[in-house]
Amino acid sequence: MRTRPLPSLALLLLCGGCAGWQSALDPQGPSAQALGQLLHGFVLVLAAIWLAVLVVLAVALRRRSRATPQAADRHAGIAVGTACVATVLVITGLTLASYVTTRVISAGAEAPLVVRVRALQWWWEVTYPGEAGPDVVTANEIRIPAGRPVRIELSAADVIHSFWVPNLAGKQDLIPGRDNVLTLTARRPGQYRGQCAEFCGMQHAHMAFMVIAEPPEAFAAWRAAQQADSAAPAGAEEAFGRQVFEQKPCGACHTVRGTEARGTNGPDLTHLASRATLAAGMLPMTRGALAAWIADPQTIKPGNNMPMVPLTPAELQAVSAWLATLR
Amino acid sequence: MDRVGGWKDGVVLAVVLPALVLLGGCRLEDRETRPDPPVAQALGQVALMPNGIGGSPPEVYAALGRPYRESAFHLSQGKRLYEWFGCQACHADGQGGSGPSLIDGWWNYGPDLPTLYTTIHDGRPGGMPAFRDRMTRDQIWQLAAYVQAMGAYTGSLAAPGRSDRPQTRPAENRLPAASAPLR
Ligand code: HEC
Ligand code: HEC
Ligand SMILES: [Cu+2]
Repeated sequence: MRTRPLPSLALLLLCGGCAGWQSALDPQGPSAQALGQLLHGFVLVLAAIWLAVLVVLAVALRRRSRATPQAADRHAGIAVGTACVATVLVITGLTLASYVTTRVISAGAEAPLVVRVRALQWWWEVTYPGEAGPDVVTANEIRIPAGRPVRIELSAADVIHSFWVPNLAGKQDLIPGRDNVLTLTARRPGQYRGQCAEFCGMQHAHMAFMVIAEPPEAFAAWRAAQQADSAAPAGAEEAFGRQVFEQKPCGACHTVRGTEARGTNGPDLTHLASRATLAAGMLPMTRGALAAWIADPQTIKPGNNMPMVPLTPAELQAVSAWLATLR
Repeated sequence: MDRVGGWKDGVVLAVVLPALVLLGGCRLEDRETRPDPPVAQALGQVALMPNGIGGSPPEVYAALGRPYRESAFHLSQGKRLYEWFGCQACHADGQGGSGPSLIDGWWNYGPDLPTLYTTIHDGRPGGMPAFRDRMTRDQIWQLAAYVQAMGAYTGSLAAPGRSDRPQTRPAENRLPAASAPLR
């Protein structure tokens, strides 16, 4: 038979959708891998059954006219009997496979890194309880050492959310008043995108986060840097920015360690500029984006929990200049 | 066959048409997260009596269709602002603390919108801080409308969203205070 390059090429193109930084079909850790295998297993078995049913149907249609009534009855009996037995076998098999996978992915790990993740409308608070030193609190970005299991303790502040990093693990809900746990490991360094996977209100679609897996030494260095207080203002403009931040309502909602600002309604901004994005993946972390966000958060992310605070152009400039230096 | 078809058509008409009509109700209320700058500017022009109590709202308020007290969106925003800007620290959920109660029907200054706006914007000598540097005018209107809705004596079709946490007092969408007194 002559091969048809074009259609097969088109199919290959589709496979491009399988890889990427947010894809359950491109597992980068044992948990996601187990789920991927389960998924492939289900697809194979169910596709085989579908094909078999179609073949049997075709044969039956072709032979229908030739059978005598008695033979037809007998055939129907055999067909129904076989189908029942096959159904029981297949369902038992799939249930077992699913049970085993669940056991594998929910098994704890030896000496994991503990990270607490609290979901709020519409961002993620990430805490690393102090291992030699103060707690590290950050937002919308979870750094982990590659190769080491991470025990993620999940809680929610307001409504139900769901934690999902498709490349690393399955979904796990965050439920107010209940503590859930998810263990995941990233096999190699890389950036994996995560997303809230349970509708939680107006900005649910803009509740993303990044998991950044790094070599263990890089992770340790990052953690040590995050434990430090915020950098001192570099110049006069930055110093004025910090003063504005402390005097305006910003400090009532945000914490910047090393300043008067100790609020807890919004993300900790102590090392804001070390993160890659702003407002749970809405904007890139640049000085311009910072100014745009502070000037009018409700137009950029309508309904979110940060109000617009009136600032003069000079104040806005200075605050964003200062925040952009908080590495 | 024909008669059965006709009967079916009737059912389709009876079910689908009303459903289509109902769909009209799905229109989302307009939510203006930020007024145009000239409107925002004009929202500050409250004409008050010399004693700082009572007065008339800015002209633009009527031109906007008196949105703040009649829109659930603005009232909900007001409710969020009440928490965000720390009113609870002194007024609790309306019952009062170091600041006076806002739901007992007794007003030192008054429950009309221009007075409430001025109370929040400029503060009051007995210890109420001024919020003019912390909030936009639009936000102060939303908050004033919410404060008015908290202890309202007359019914209204618009109410802010229900609190997710346990209520410490009757909800804002209860009967007006006059028929079911608040504590
Ligand atoms: C009423 C509380 C509140 C006030 C006041 C407030 N913020 Fe926020 N802020 C928030 C919340 C909540 C978020 C998270 C929004 C989201 O992503 O949904 C946020 C997000 C931010 C972010 C992005 C943080 C990140 O990690 O992505 C910056 C920067 C920021 N605020 C700066 C400011 C500045 C500057 C001020 C003062 C002019 C201010 N905020 C005032 C509550 C507040
Ligand atoms: C530091 C404490 C404090 C805070 C914070 C505060 N208030 Fe007040 N408030 C007071 C005091 C004290 C008074 C009484 C002022 C007087 O009688 O002159 C008052 C009076 C008022 C009044 C007038 C009541 C009347 O009887 O006419 C209103 C309305 C009001 N506050 C609303 C608010 C709102 C809204 C907020 C949040 C933005 C707020 N307050 C925040 C302390 C506070
Ligand atoms: Cu969500």
